[in-house]
Amino acid sequence: MDMNSVRLGGLQGAVKSYGPVRALDGVDLDLRSGEVLAVLGANGAGKSTAISLLLGLALPDHGRADLFGESPQAIGARRNVGVMLQQAGIPPTNTVRELLDLACSYYPQPFGVLESARMAGIDDLLDRRYGALSGGQQRRVQFALAICGRPRLVFLDEPTTGLDIDARQALWRAIRALVDAGTSVLLTTHYLEEADALANRIVVLDHGKVIAEGTPREISARVARSRIRCMSALSPELVATWPGVDSAAREGARLQVVCEVPEPIVRRLLAEDSALSGLEVTATGLAEAFLALTRADTEEAA
Amino acid sequence: MNTLSMDASAPNLLRCYWLEAKCEFLRMVRTPSYAIPVLAFPLVFYMMFGILMQHGHDAAASRYLLASYGVFGAMGASLFGFGVSVAMDREHGWLTLKRAQPMPPGAYLLAKLLMAMVFIALIALLLVALAVGVAHVTLTVAQAMQLVAIDVLGALPYAAIGLYIGTRMGARGAPAFINMVYLPMAFLSGLWMPLQFLPAAVRRLAPVWPSWHHAQLALGVAGSTTEGAPWMHVAYMVGVAAVFFTLAARRLRRVG
Repeated sequence: MDMNSVRLGGLQGAVKSYGPVRALDGVDLDLRSGEVLAVLGANGAGKSTAISLLLGLALPDHGRADLFGESPQAIGARRNVGVMLQQAGIPPTNTVRELLDLACSYYPQPFGVLESARMAGIDDLLDRRYGALSGGQQRRVQFALAICGRPRLVFLDEPTTGLDIDARQALWRAIRALVDAGTSVLLTTHYLEEADALANRIVVLDHGKVIAEGTPREISARVARSRIRCMSALSPELVATWPGVDSAAREGARLQVVCEVPEPIVRRLLAEDSALSGLEVTATGLAEAFLALTRADTEEAA
Repeated sequence: MNTLSMDASAPNLLRCYWLEAKCEFLRMVRTPSYAIPVLAFPLVFYMMFGILMQHGHDAAASRYLLASYGVFGAMGASLFGFGVSVAMDREHGWLTLKRAQPMPPGAYLLAKLLMAMVFIALIALLLVALAVGVAHVTLTVAQAMQLVAIDVLGALPYAAIGLYIGTRMGARGAPAFINMVYLPMAFLSGLWMPLQFLPAAVRRLAPVWPSWHHAQLALGVAGSTTEGAPWMHVAYMVGVAAVFFTLAARRLRRVG
């Protein structure tokens, strides 16, 4: 951890239920300066609830949320913060300039309309009405609204959901530029490559609990796996009992084995089935790592 | 940038409120489903019933309807301006984003109120112009200004009712529901025709509606006969505004 980083806010033992659903179940989360924190999780894992508490949109049932040493509901705390939510509901009949001008007015030292539009790459859209923009353009306008106040901390709730690859990478570039300029970011996403590309630290949420926390490398190393596929008559039930094998299954004629270190398993497969063919070993990606993490947790809970 | 404010950590709040109102007004003026009916209904009704149906220069009916359609205009602009847009803003996430942003307290509602008031003033001025110019109603400048002021200030109870409806209804249901409040209440308050032409039960029920009280104030200025003391009408309207505003505020705090 960077010793110069300052704690900007976070959650302490935060619990929040909506009716019978416990959306957050005792979550601790620290936001630190100079950091891009990615909160990862499947839909319904509690990401948006965490953001709601951090922004003061909802109060925790237990535990506490704070921003810059104050309650997130204090307007002074939120003057340091920019926000991009999943659903923006921005009035379609306002122009981008009007929206940005208004959002800038909320902050003591804003970048101003032109500078924030330039940073978000929407300089050419200022006089267009919001409703006339494409989905990607609207997302960039929302990003501009989030950063226009020169915030010290920006919340981006699934910023690139629904964007095509070009638009996503353009937004990633804008986020990196913002971070280089000293802004801290809390990002929620269910795209692992997004967390991997942007974050210094990842917190994985599942069913309202933090199930893993670390750098992107630590997270993927924790659950890095290899997948072996081959044509073999060996029974998956048998292979699954071998030491070092996480799971084995049959996909049609192919046997599929997931394990941490593939070499000894491959050796044994070849030794036990001389007719084995079509051998193929692949590393599982971050996506599988993430799935493995959340699945393990679900199974424990079940 | 922010040279007026002594506190460097706070923005210029007056500018926030001004821009909030400006954005809201431009938004609604460019929304035809709001701007056209809200402006056109009172004006077209006045032309039909206040001018064309009055053979010759029947100043009494033209005078009565000038006052009552001004009230009708205030109802429409406020009920729809609050009800429909608040329901939409809640459903589509705009209100949530505003609450997450450091928007100064009250700016959201104040902006809507000012927006509705600008529409009401516009309707009132156009009605006065039609009454004086086409229906030959004689009106002093002071009377005209008082009429505009009463129409504009009367927005409060309808704004509060609209706000409450907006906190209870979805964006799809709100317009229909508001019409169910707006049109019957206008009729039952005698805004379309004087209450003496309506059944006694309707007359007895009239003091329940804030628009009846509002109409008495406007009719008094326009020189028609009225019932009740002005302060009672004002008190009733303020009371209705306070009740619905409290209900709506509670609902907004709890549910968002």
